[in-house]
Amino acid sequence: MSVQYKRLLAMTLVVFAIVACEAPRESDRTAVNTEVFESTYQAMPSEPVFFRNATILTGDGERIDGGSILVSDGTIVAVGADVEAPDDVLVVDVGGKWITPGIIDVHSHLGVYPSPDVPALADGNEISAPNTAEVWAEHSIWPQDPGFATALAGGVTTMQILPGSANLFGGRSVTVKNVPARTYQAMKFPGAPHGLKMACGENPKRVYGAKGVAPTTRMGNVAGYRSAWAAAQKYSRDWERYENGEAEEEPERNLQLETLAGVLKGEILVHNHCYRADEMATMLDIAKEFGYRVTAFHHAVEAYKVADLLAENDTCAAMWADWWGFKIEAYDGVRENIPMVDAAGACAIVHSDSEIGMQRLNQEAAKAMAAANRIGFDIDEAQAIRWLTSNPAKALGIGDDTGTLSAGRMADLVVWSGNPFSVYTKADKVFIDGALVYDREDPARQPQSDFELGQL
Amino acid sequence: MKTTALLFATVLVLPTVAVAQTYAITGGKVHTVSDAGTLDDATVVITDGRVVAVGTDVAVPDGAEVIDATNKVVTPGFVPAYSHLGLVEIGLVDETVDSYQIGDRFSAAVDVTDAFNPASTLIPIMRVEGITRAFVAPTVSLWALARVAGARTSLIAGQGAWVDLSGSADSVVQPRVAMFVELGETGAALTGGSRTTAMLELREALTDAHDYAEEGGDNWLERDRALSRLDLQALGPVIAGSIPVVARVERASDIRAAMQLADEFDLKLVIRGGAEAWMLADELAEAGVPVIFDPVRNLPDRFERLGSRLEAAALLNEAGVTIAFSSSDEHNDRNVRQKAGNAVAYGLPYAAALAALTRNPAYIYGVEEYGSLEPGAVADIVVWDGDPLEVTTYADAVFINGEKIPMESRQTKLRDRYLKLDRELPHAYTKP
Repeated sequence: MSVQYKRLLAMTLVVFAIVACEAPRESDRTAVNTEVFESTYQAMPSEPVFFRNATILTGDGERIDGGSILVSDGTIVAVGADVEAPDDVLVVDVGGKWITPGIIDVHSHLGVYPSPDVPALADGNEISAPNTAEVWAEHSIWPQDPGFATALAGGVTTMQILPGSANLFGGRSVTVKNVPARTYQAMKFPGAPHGLKMACGENPKRVYGAKGVAPTTRMGNVAGYRSAWAAAQKYSRDWERYENGEAEEEPERNLQLETLAGVLKGEILVHNHCYRADEMATMLDIAKEFGYRVTAFHHAVEAYKVADLLAENDTCAAMWADWWGFKIEAYDGVRENIPMVDAAGACAIVHSDSEIGMQRLNQEAAKAMAAANRIGFDIDEAQAIRWLTSNPAKALGIGDDTGTLSAGRMADLVVWSGNPFSVYTKADKVFIDGALVYDREDPARQPQSDFELGQL
Repeated sequence: MKTTALLFATVLVLPTVAVAQTYAITGGKVHTVSDAGTLDDATVVITDGRVVAVGTDVAVPDGAEVIDATNKVVTPGFVPAYSHLGLVEIGLVDETVDSYQIGDRFSAAVDVTDAFNPASTLIPIMRVEGITRAFVAPTVSLWALARVAGARTSLIAGQGAWVDLSGSADSVVQPRVAMFVELGETGAALTGGSRTTAMLELREALTDAHDYAEEGGDNWLERDRALSRLDLQALGPVIAGSIPVVARVERASDIRAAMQLADEFDLKLVIRGGAEAWMLADELAEAGVPVIFDPVRNLPDRFERLGSRLEAAALLNEAGVTIAFSSSDEHNDRNVRQKAGNAVAYGLPYAAALAALTRNPAYIYGVEEYGSLEPGAVADIVVWDGDPLEVTTYADAVFINGEKIPMESRQTKLRDRYLKLDRELPHAYTKP
């Protein structure tokens, strides 16, 4: 269904509801308007541009030396070694510099846990109940978080902003384009599905165990997930029957179950914080029981132990290069986790969960790549960049829009000062939908948040 | 074959034996971090735990074990200048954490030497990546403190130690090398919410310690005072200026206040954190006050850190301030070299970055014979497979006190166990 058609339908239903108020008919149907908090994103102004003489990592495993990229109307028109520049287009010779797709971070709390880290701005965890599937991270986002601009300077063009991990069901995540904006709606990635943040293990049982309410154990966690999914199945069926005309009475709308039902319909993607290998297996079984997919495990410190299982289930693992040991479920970290998952044929992703780490996800990938190559793996930059581009795009349900440099994709790309798998390399220029959103050489193209303006 | 491999593995994990082994590391690019600078195709000779010769025309002694470092890079072992290694095994498992206390029965007398665990798994995990020593410090955890209603902890965290990462029982090379205190926002939070009371609490402690050092004796101890007898004794070397006081301060005005207090009591001051230290780099250089910090923390993540920036290392160094690096996470102190690499990317000269990882921390804490590759220096040496500040580089060989350490850790063993997922027997039978 096209967005325009959906909007039209929604308006029709609103009109219908008003009419219905005036003159009740055989049914008092309320329209459930699902087109809410819509993206108002508009690409910044751009001109067609032709990059030539670039070392291109396409994001899906290819490397093109001496390549060219033609960008027009915010879209990649052509990529290759033999692309010709059309007339009347700005030709930029990048002198062998590297161009990659924009970096995509599937795990960020920018805006919901912004800088400065003060309680008044900390809006990432609704720790009032273990199931808060009804909350949406986007309603906590402070667009003035200075971390957006520093992430941009690190080449991050898209990110998923998630609720925290205190709850079994933390709420809906949102995918945004990393553009400076006054409202989060103006950052919202057009057409990107919501995610549902779930959390395994220590955090939910610690937070609620301390309050003396369920869950206090891992088995309590699992009972909590299953009870919620069972309720969501019934909720979905009730609405289906109502919509099919099999049931007369309109079910009561429940925002929490609506989110879970959205997962069961395949419209919302599950992003599951889960460290331990055995718990990932448990979560995959729960998904089978209730007929949904786990799109990605996040913080999957032990993914290397069950990489085959992840591959079988087509579930991504989003991982740090080397965070470990801050809690016991993170005790078994290894340097080679990401490449070991990749080698098993599963979708491996480097994520940050950090406003600092997010600024150099390329370095994180480099550490993992080099560690694996030392023990006999053979991973090159073209392969490793997938962990930061096409794989996270897939996990966010935007793989057809961005994450690779190929014709028809959004022109989200980074021109690096050198090989991005080096500590000395910086993002020189960052483009989102073909627009220059960051230029290291031009202070006029370096956004600054309201918070920082006039501070020092 | 299998038997041989197993025997070999057994030999490797035996504790290092103090035999007078001589090693010659040949053919490498050697960063001496001394006046000799960087030498290409050089040889480093190690005997009895010390560097005995470094140069381009040094002969390999008879009987020396030769480590071929051709196309490799040789440096002194790297040192996080502020760490909790050996005090923390798992962050959220309280039983394994000795880096902070909840309570105020003792403060300055707290000595990390009493808790340091050389068998921590973090130690091999760090040293196989070229971290050979650390300055281990106590700290304060506001987060942990908040979990205990009514609990109070002093802003004086206690005394740190200089340790090696050999894993041996005598890893503490020098105990009580510095006193660690918290000022700024944390100091304020610990003393009723204001920086004013934080400064008063520290001033009171220093005044009492000063008087105690002057007057001493049991008579004096009957007077009303803020600290216990052991705390007052522990502050003696701070008052005497024989060990530094490492103050965590971030905001420019807080740094100035700490410098004034240091002047008043004639303290040897070191700034830790120092987000806005670059704004008074000249004053710090003039006063000879070093700064220990994490050079990649560039966000205004606290109101006291509004001035954080990636160029801080370059600016401080340029002004002549002695700098050293710390990570914010003991589990990844190994990444201190990545942080240094980023500082270079933002303008810090390469040689200054190497010094910040080696010679400078030793200088800051006043420990000797460490941090350079020159005759007489302690032989903590790393052979890297490339530029040691580069993220794609790892250590090929590591020496601590002149002994070659096994290049394995709990992490390498876990990795090796699961490198093959499809095994005939369950993974528990694979014990690398």
